[in-house]
Amino acid sequence: MKSSNSLWKEKLEGKMPEDLAREIDIFETEITLRKQGKLEERLFAETRLRRGAYGQRYDNGQRNDGQKIQKLNFPSGDLTKGPNTMWDAPGMQRIKIPAGGLNASQLETMAELAEEYSDGIAHVTTRQDFQLHYVHIDDTPSLMRRLAAANITTREACGNSVRNVTACPYAGVCTDESFDVTPYARALSRFLLGHPDCQNFGRKFKPAFSGCAQHACGLTSLHDLGLIAKTRVNQSTGREELGFEMYVGGGLGAVPYHAKLLDGFVPPEELLPLTQATARVFARLGEKKNRNRARIKFLIQDLGIEKFRELVFEERKVLPFDSRWVSYIEEARAEFHEAPLKASSQSIDISELVTIGNLNGDSENFKRWLKFNIRPQRQPDHVTVTVALPLGDITANQLRALADIIRRFTKETIRTTVEQNFAIRWVSKADLPDLFKALNAVGLANVGAGALVDITSCPGTDTCKLGISSSRGLAAELRRQVEEKNFQSDEAVQKLHIKISGCFNSCGQHHVADLGFYGVSRKIAGHAVPHFQVVLGGQWEQNAGSYGLPVVAVPSKNIPKVVSRLTERYLADRQTGEVFKDFVKRTGKAELKNMLDDLTRPVAGDRSFFSDWGDVREYTLGDMGEGECAGEVVSLIEFGLAAAERELFEAQLAFEKGEASGAGTSAYRSMLTAARALVQLENPDVSDDPDQIVADFRQRYYDTKVFFDPFAGGKFAGYLFAAHEQSAQPYTEESSRYLIDEAQLFIDAAHSCNNRLGKPVAV
Amino acid sequence: MRSILEEETAIDLQHINIKLYLKDSGADLASVIPIFHSWIQNQVFNELLIDVADYRHVHHGPGLMLIGHEADYSLDQTDGRLGLRYNRKSPVPGTNLERLVQATRAALIAAQRLEADTRVNQSLSFNGQDLQLIINDRLLAPNDKATRESLEPDIKTFAAKLFRHAGYSLSFDPDPRHSLSAAIHAGERFSVEELRRNLEG
Repeated sequence: MKSSNSLWKEKLEGKMPEDLAREIDIFETEITLRKQGKLEERLFAETRLRRGAYGQRYDNGQRNDGQKIQKLNFPSGDLTKGPNTMWDAPGMQRIKIPAGGLNASQLETMAELAEEYSDGIAHVTTRQDFQLHYVHIDDTPSLMRRLAAANITTREACGNSVRNVTACPYAGVCTDESFDVTPYARALSRFLLGHPDCQNFGRKFKPAFSGCAQHACGLTSLHDLGLIAKTRVNQSTGREELGFEMYVGGGLGAVPYHAKLLDGFVPPEELLPLTQATARVFARLGEKKNRNRARIKFLIQDLGIEKFRELVFEERKVLPFDSRWVSYIEEARAEFHEAPLKASSQSIDISELVTIGNLNGDSENFKRWLKFNIRPQRQPDHVTVTVALPLGDITANQLRALADIIRRFTKETIRTTVEQNFAIRWVSKADLPDLFKALNAVGLANVGAGALVDITSCPGTDTCKLGISSSRGLAAELRRQVEEKNFQSDEAVQKLHIKISGCFNSCGQHHVADLGFYGVSRKIAGHAVPHFQVVLGGQWEQNAGSYGLPVVAVPSKNIPKVVSRLTERYLADRQTGEVFKDFVKRTGKAELKNMLDDLTRPVAGDRSFFSDWGDVREYTLGDMGEGECAGEVVSLIEFGLAAAERELFEAQLAFEKGEASGAGTSAYRSMLTAARALVQLENPDVSDDPDQIVADFRQRYYDTKVFFDPFAGGKFAGYLFAAHEQSAQPYTEESSRYLIDEAQLFIDAAHSCNNRLGKPVAV
Repeated sequence: MRSILEEETAIDLQHINIKLYLKDSGADLASVIPIFHSWIQNQVFNELLIDVADYRHVHHGPGLMLIGHEADYSLDQTDGRLGLRYNRKSPVPGTNLERLVQATRAALIAAQRLEADTRVNQSLSFNGQDLQLIINDRLLAPNDKATRESLEPDIKTFAAKLFRHAGYSLSFDPDPRHSLSAAIHAGERFSVEELRRNLEG
């Protein structure tokens, strides 16, 4: 699209690292070949994904405009950049930022790219990446070259590859970490980028580092590879040694898995080879055909962690020696060095800072900012300042201003965070009033970092192809409402985390929030109504220590009321020092669900429930049946699906009581009930026999692909088949937990299937 | 005979952005969301309109955007002032003057539609006096003295055409990190319709 596209290569010649320049040249050639019809679209799709060039909503060339499905007549006609993905359709470009570390000129580059190729906004993701939206595929080689000249790559930002290596943004300055993991994260990122052993995965592979076990910052539990810094004393030398607890097989996605311990202490020189061995086992044995079972977590579940560990260590033994295992670590240690811009000045305390703030006329906001956005560093008289970005968005002008600010106050020490913010490290305490003033002048002194108002959200239906409900629309609305009263709320409420995903895939990390939401749809009286499943009791701390469980699905427009009601109840009922997760557990899901019961139905006659937040179009998922207002027509299948949800709820209650067997049985039965409800649409005489239900369901809905999710395919039906096959086996705590999640997804898929069918049968 | 302006100059002006300022920077953008959606429904321009992006939560950001294939339209707040911005993304044939006219015409047509839409209840009114011109491509038009000097005659002729007898002042943004940008302030106010007539005359 850009007239300058043909000029950037020459302009930047010699300014890009050779390997990146070559990689981009290859990609540009592939673009040419695809345009000439000499490269098959599936192959091109994977190759562009491995360069971070992702699809975006409506890229199939059609869009529901609120009145009809409108064909988008792009100038390139039928040319595609992947199956069912039109060439001219705007796409998303993901940009990897290892460990979230940037400098000022890189921020300026990001600003230029956001302005020239995107919509003026750079979006910080929950994995410390940047994303630019509405990018034309023809512009991506120029964009990538300009990034490469700033020493940034998009390589393997998407696709079945090793994704961005994330790390705690406070590494090196945290008060209670074991040691600074930054150089190790950088070394691993460098080692794995384009590594031949990482090119044949069935799915993506996400590594994360944390400097400690107790905080949330690294979120190692929910990663394919989690590394937690550890120290130990060598018994023979008496010296302290550095190492890592290595975890594998965590992941959110539809069904969240906690990473399992692979090795309790991996010394630095073993970090790269042991990861390489893990990658080789994953590449060799991981699922390739069924992408719904292709993450490493499924391989570990199938093999068991003991067997997987045995295979990894066997692989390690036969790995050919690679000098980079040590040299990359040594180089990263030598190269990475951070220091303050100014030597430590005289001590200054908060009250003095507030006085200075008062003199500047910013007293209230400044005090709140000091409270929420400042984090002490282990280096005296220096702090880390969090720049809270609403919905992870930052403008090009703000990026340039931020570049100026980090030059003025630090030695350009800034990182992106997994809460979609920036952390400015090494700020002298004495500079805080001036820093606040500088940030405030460009709208970057938003108060409430890490607090209730600092809501995490994935892109959802705004731009994501998979989005079911508007996570960003909801986040913006909640943020607006919370902002109005947040600072009058009790501190316990202010500390809660809200995280929102537009669908079950968990990009918004809803599983680890106090109050999590993920998008689902429900059909009410012939109308598709955007909903969010309420997920309560997740734990953000301890590197995402535990996952919440779904309680009930509520129409999108009622979610703000859900938040108000739950937080008010928490404030009223909580015991001294009780955190939200424990409050949820003590209150029990039955009571919580009961509390929200009236909110699960749209208000009769209120048509706003048929639209999503921030979107005036009537909500739809495929064909929509005509119907009356809520509650006037109830179809047979809706009764059946409601029964399935009840059984699932019973499963959750049993699980809560520690009754794994009952929980597993009820979860399995809930899936059968949902499947039976669908079968009943076509066969009123459906049997109650599980074998017959499953066989009938398979024949009518799976073999015909009627049940298939537009993106996940037959994944959710697979949950039913697996549960049925294993129904004679005893349920463990772990297996029943997974089954509950799978049953929820199966039932949600049954609702979606019913929406697509558009066959209400009135009773 | 072609004027000097219509001859090809050394700088190939593409990706022109035109921002027309509103009288009131505090206007409520929520009322524009259904309007942008209706523009997509009816594909009201000779450009493919695709989607609406809402950035009202961002300080001095692009506000509310109507994403298109050839161009984006937005109620933009990037410089702290609200205005309708036309961002031409795909190249336009012709001379530099023809491209400036094309972008300005597109912005004025959109402005006229907005002003006339009953759903905003006359809350969006353009000041008809201020215009910002941005060249959104740092390689074609780097923001340096040489480029500014090279383009100044083109821009002056364009401004004289748009603001006719009123006279105008022209100032460039000197920050080399910013895209090349010129603020044009007319000596008097014009209605959007008058500006359109001037442009086509």
